[in-house]
Amino acid sequence: MISAAKLKKIVGDFSHHLLLIVIAIVTIYPALWVVLASFRPGTALYSEHLLPERFTIEHYLELFREFPFAQWYMNTLKIAIVSMVCSTFFVLLTGYAVSRFRFRGRKSLMSGLFVLNMFPSFMSMIAVYILLLNMNLLNKHSALMFVYSGGAAMGYLLVKGYFDTIPRSLEEAARIDGANHWIVFFRIFVPLSRPLIVYLSVTSFAGAFNDFIFAQMVLRTKEQQTLAVGLYNMVSSQFSTQFTLFAAGCVLVALPITLVFMFFQRFLVEGLTAGADKG
Amino acid sequence: MKPNRKTASILSVVAMGLGQIYNRQYIKGILMLLLHGLGLYYIVLNLKEALWGIITLGEKAQQLELVGKVYKMVPGDHSIFLIVQGLIVLFGLIVFGYVYIANIKDAYKVGKSLEQGIRPHNFIESLKYVSQHRFPQLIISVPLLFVFFFTVLPLVFSVMIAFTNYSSPKYLPPANLIDWIGFDAFKQLFTLNKWANTFYGVLKWNVIWAVLATVSTFFGGFGVALLVQSTRTRLKSVWRTIYILPFAIPSFVSYLIMRNMFNSQFGPINQYLKWIGIQGPSWLSDPTWAKVTVLLVNLWHGYPISMLLIIGILTTISKELYQAAEVDGASAFQKFRMITFPSVMYSLSPILIGMFAGNVNSFSAIFLLTNGNPANSEYQFAGNTDILITWLYNLTMNQGNYNFASVIGIIIFIILATLSIWNVRRTRSFKEEDLN
Repeated sequence: MISAAKLKKIVGDFSHHLLLIVIAIVTIYPALWVVLASFRPGTALYSEHLLPERFTIEHYLELFREFPFAQWYMNTLKIAIVSMVCSTFFVLLTGYAVSRFRFRGRKSLMSGLFVLNMFPSFMSMIAVYILLLNMNLLNKHSALMFVYSGGAAMGYLLVKGYFDTIPRSLEEAARIDGANHWIVFFRIFVPLSRPLIVYLSVTSFAGAFNDFIFAQMVLRTKEQQTLAVGLYNMVSSQFSTQFTLFAAGCVLVALPITLVFMFFQRFLVEGLTAGADKG
Repeated sequence: MKPNRKTASILSVVAMGLGQIYNRQYIKGILMLLLHGLGLYYIVLNLKEALWGIITLGEKAQQLELVGKVYKMVPGDHSIFLIVQGLIVLFGLIVFGYVYIANIKDAYKVGKSLEQGIRPHNFIESLKYVSQHRFPQLIISVPLLFVFFFTVLPLVFSVMIAFTNYSSPKYLPPANLIDWIGFDAFKQLFTLNKWANTFYGVLKWNVIWAVLATVSTFFGGFGVALLVQSTRTRLKSVWRTIYILPFAIPSFVSYLIMRNMFNSQFGPINQYLKWIGIQGPSWLSDPTWAKVTVLLVNLWHGYPISMLLIIGILTTISKELYQAAEVDGASAFQKFRMITFPSVMYSLSPILIGMFAGNVNSFSAIFLLTNGNPANSEYQFAGNTDILITWLYNLTMNQGNYNFASVIGIIIFIILATLSIWNVRRTRSFKEEDLN
């Protein structure tokens, strides 16, 4: 015989896990749907069944055949990696300078950068465009690298918050051993801020990877485009006719980033809370 | 004692570097003299035109002129280029002025130490001194240069545009000149019937959107976090990993996928609703449903990060607190209200406000899902789901109403700056701290 209390517990556990399962389904469903759609024959958005009757990789092949997809991949990786390295380095340096040194104008610099960050970036789009035009950088990848890493220093606050918590004694010990500012930076600050650096790198990489607004404005020819622009155009111009192709594109674009995010999730959360007040 | 410092300062007022040469810092002096020559040459060459350009925004529009025997389109002044070029020259002038003052100070200082019989640094020593004692300025110079070129300069330009009549179709260089009109664009936005109507409508939805988007993702995440961390849950880490997925998928891909899922004709959601006998709404083309849809999608996309953050906090709350509460006979709800909720809010309120500020400007969600649609006939170039930032984008990229776009940008700035300054003042990172 099962006692009433035990029965109550079983029912409770069951409904608890049922709820977890429902949330999980809602959470996963869009991704699952796209993955399945990408293997479905035909081109239509509509399909009678969730599971394709027959799996095909035709759409993946088509991406590479009809679009310069491999080229887009390389372009995107190149732009995203260079932007990531530059902006991470810039913001770390800025954070190091304001966290560890006292110099004239430091406070106004901090407030100034902070205030600049409040302007919506699209507001200056036209001016950036004119600047790039004047510098002859339109349709060049370097333009995007400049734009993406250009604003990096404005995110200094997070880095400063993190560096402020690194005890000064560590650095003093190194200085007594004759280390200069650079050695202190690379041997003490960088190794101690791994979660922060992962956070900064992944977010700046994803920022460059995800951007289709500036990229679309700057990159004119199909060969120069990035994945985000390509995918956006694919769905905005011909979506009902080539949906499955778009789905295949989504899978290829999202897969690497998704894996990176899943892998680094712990660091990302730590990074996000690093600058916050913990009392 | 020779009056070194006076002579040196006067000499470096005459020309940069002369004082340094007088102080027997030859390499530095010559380099600065060169800089002086180049800078002066550049400024003399450009300053007059730059000032003229910024003040008048050009005087001669593009027009037909009789060249020889035929009329030809002769290019006139391009107001926009005049502003940008003028700004670059003015910024150059400011930098030059700054270096000039630094040069006089330096000549004075070195002259003073010469009087006291201290040998001045040679060039190598100067470089060493800079890299040791001016290290912070040295390392931020490159990042700041980038900020300057790709943020400050464009922003100053955009703010200036808000005070001009730069807009399509009547004031569009190179065909036409543009003019300074002071605060007219601001006034028009607030008072001209259709513009004001749009502005207040969009602003209202923007605020509602930001509040609901923040609250729904935060409490959605909170709920899921409690569910996952509950003692009943088996295999906690598996659930957590599953729920992180929307956070990990690149956001623009998610939004584009969602746009197709909510397609009312062919999308799977309405298809499934049909199976159970419900005629699904037109998710993205009905004004009210479109708002609901963007909020729902945003909830799907945003709850995982709140969940992760809150799980992080939950694990740090001491178990003893709960045990003590149990001894006092607290119910589950009381434990939540008195222990869990305050702890989470205490740690996360700055982040919550940051999230709110981010939602005010969450461009991709709106742009990729609805692009501001469905259209609203009472609005000026905006749809029912447009928020300020997407309206700004539309005005800039599709309508050419650059001055109004700039005004809206300034308003967004004022909203965000107020919010963020208030927020950040409370955090540790910004308070003037002593070195620990």
